Amino acid sequence: MSTETSGLAIETAGLVKTFGTTRAVDGVDLRVPAGTVYGVLGPNGAGKTTAVRMLATLLRPDAGEARVFGHDVVREADEVRARVSLTGQYASVDEDLTGAENLTLLARLLGHGRPAARRRSEQLLAAFGLTEAASRQIKHYSGGMRRRIDIAASILNTPDLLFLDEPTTGLDPRSRNQVWNIVRAVVAQGTTVLLTTQYLDEADQLASRIAVIDRGKVIAEGTKGELKASVGAGSVHLRLREAGRRADAERVLRGLPAAEVQLDGDPVALTARLTATAGDSAAEQAARALAALTRAGITVDHFSLGQPSLDEVFLALTGHGTGQEGLPSPDDDPKDGVAA
Amino acid sequence: MSTATSAQGEGRTGDPDLAPVSAESLAALLVAGERPPRPGALSTSLTFGRRAVLKLKHVPEQLFDVTAFPIMNLLMFTYLFGGALAGSPSEYLQFVLPGVLVLCVVMITMYTGMSVNTDIQKGVFDRFRSLPIWRPAAMIGYLLGDALRYSIASAVMLVVGLVLGYRPAGGAAGVVAGIALLLLFSFAFSWVWTMFGLMLRTEKAVMSVSMMVIFPLTFLSNVFVDPATMPSWLRGFVDNSPVTHLASAVRGLMAGDPPGDDLLWTLGWSALFLLVFGPVTMRLYNRR
Repeated sequence: MSTETSGLAIETAGLVKTFGTTRAVDGVDLRVPAGTVYGVLGPNGAGKTTAVRMLATLLRPDAGEARVFGHDVVREADEVRARVSLTGQYASVDEDLTGAENLTLLARLLGHGRPAARRRSEQLLAAFGLTEAASRQIKHYSGGMRRRIDIAASILNTPDLLFLDEPTTGLDPRSRNQVWNIVRAVVAQGTTVLLTTQYLDEADQLASRIAVIDRGKVIAEGTKGELKASVGAGSVHLRLREAGRRADAERVLRGLPAAEVQLDGDPVALTARLTATAGDSAAEQAARALAALTRAGITVDHFSLGQPSLDEVFLALTGHGTGQEGLPSPDDDPKDGVAA
Repeated sequence: MSTATSAQGEGRTGDPDLAPVSAESLAALLVAGERPPRPGALSTSLTFGRRAVLKLKHVPEQLFDVTAFPIMNLLMFTYLFGGALAGSPSEYLQFVLPGVLVLCVVMITMYTGMSVNTDIQKGVFDRFRSLPIWRPAAMIGYLLGDALRYSIASAVMLVVGLVLGYRPAGGAAGVVAGIALLLLFSFAFSWVWTMFGLMLRTEKAVMSVSMMVIFPLTFLSNVFVDPATMPSWLRGFVDNSPVTHLASAVRGLMAGDPPGDDLLWTLGWSALFLLVFGPVTMRLYNRR
């Protein structure tokens, strides 16, 4: 909501955090525009959680600077805390207390009077479909319910910036969709969301800009479109009318530049991997592939474009391209999250 | 939302019957949410104290160490040493009850460190630390909840003591003053445990370090016997131990002899613990 002068919710420069000999966060520069969902994508141990913990004032940076709505996270920690909320990988609520008790207590800590705290807690429980679970201890909640109560706790006071640290890790697809809907509703009301995730499709669904982090460094950053173009990959899945033409189709596709073909288990299906570059998008390549098949008189019943997997993105980003040399490799995981 | 019935027993994964999230009411809540002014230090501390009390309600096993443990100690020491040291258990009870009261309460203060440490292992600590509130409140909350536990322990021991024949000459006022002093000391002394709770990595480590501190500190005192017969090196420690001063002061208040020096020493020790370990605790809390 309040966007201060720069219009940036988060601005970091050269942010570093070291645990022992591991540089968990190794010089991260981020600029997160206010009012958007910003995705931070990376594998386990990439430094996502450590970065979020520094931004949420839970951890002091060893070097560099971070500002949240213009306030320094170390020197003006209280200003930052008044504007942000954090939902961590593990439920940040008291497991021994009930859902209603948790929310009411937190509302009191945020300055609501007793009746207002109870009212706000009841309203949030209702909005999150937890009314019937209100008087149960959190330790008896399912994974999906925990995420909900956790996010409810984070929006007791509508924050200007909400950190969601891997909000759907470990959830079933249905619960995951519901969390996504909650995130959309929160952003629609003007809150900025910083979302960390291991899943490319999650970042794709929710985020407008994405930073890819590996071994504590940002290895790519941009809008979804830019990122995909730079990673430039994906695959086109084809189903032919006649199984007999698959060999021909394979030959045609192999004739196109930058296409790697795999035969699927299904005798009429095959997949061409695309290795698009800037100026030649995956969609354009797919269109050319279809045109070539049509010219060869092969009927395609159905086709779909598949996204590059996170593995492929990583291979593409770390293997070549962005100019980042392989690091001296601290091979052990920096143990994201259990920062102590 | 009518079908949130399943859930329990399903562990942490899916629960297909969970009621859907209501996007409209959520949106309305996000808009309506006004931000109240930041609450004061006292109100925040009391809210954290309330959390500790709610935990007692949900996990009543925590009351075992403030009910059964003090009764056991009182019976054990009264009948074990009573005849040998004071001629009879009921004679000894007059001397030992305030001491055992001090011993038990000071011993159970160490659970504070374990509560702090257990919370750190869970996410809830991150939530508290990311709130815009007066920082020491979370720690004071533990101590307020514990003060309730110590009051229960004291009441239980007094009732059992009265049944066994304890007759405090200081009357109700003396007894209440004695317990108040004990609670004050425990509050100040507990900052040692909050420090260990934040400093050490596991609950087990907190437990073993606490034991190493608490056993010598409580037993090497005048709780059970007059230190006059102890070797001089031990007397030096015992005579200057905060637990000795506290036990003498509580004994004096309950017996109706104004304790004078011991009272001042106890207050001095309390101030020292609070002023040294309070800031260390808060430094660790902020640094984590």
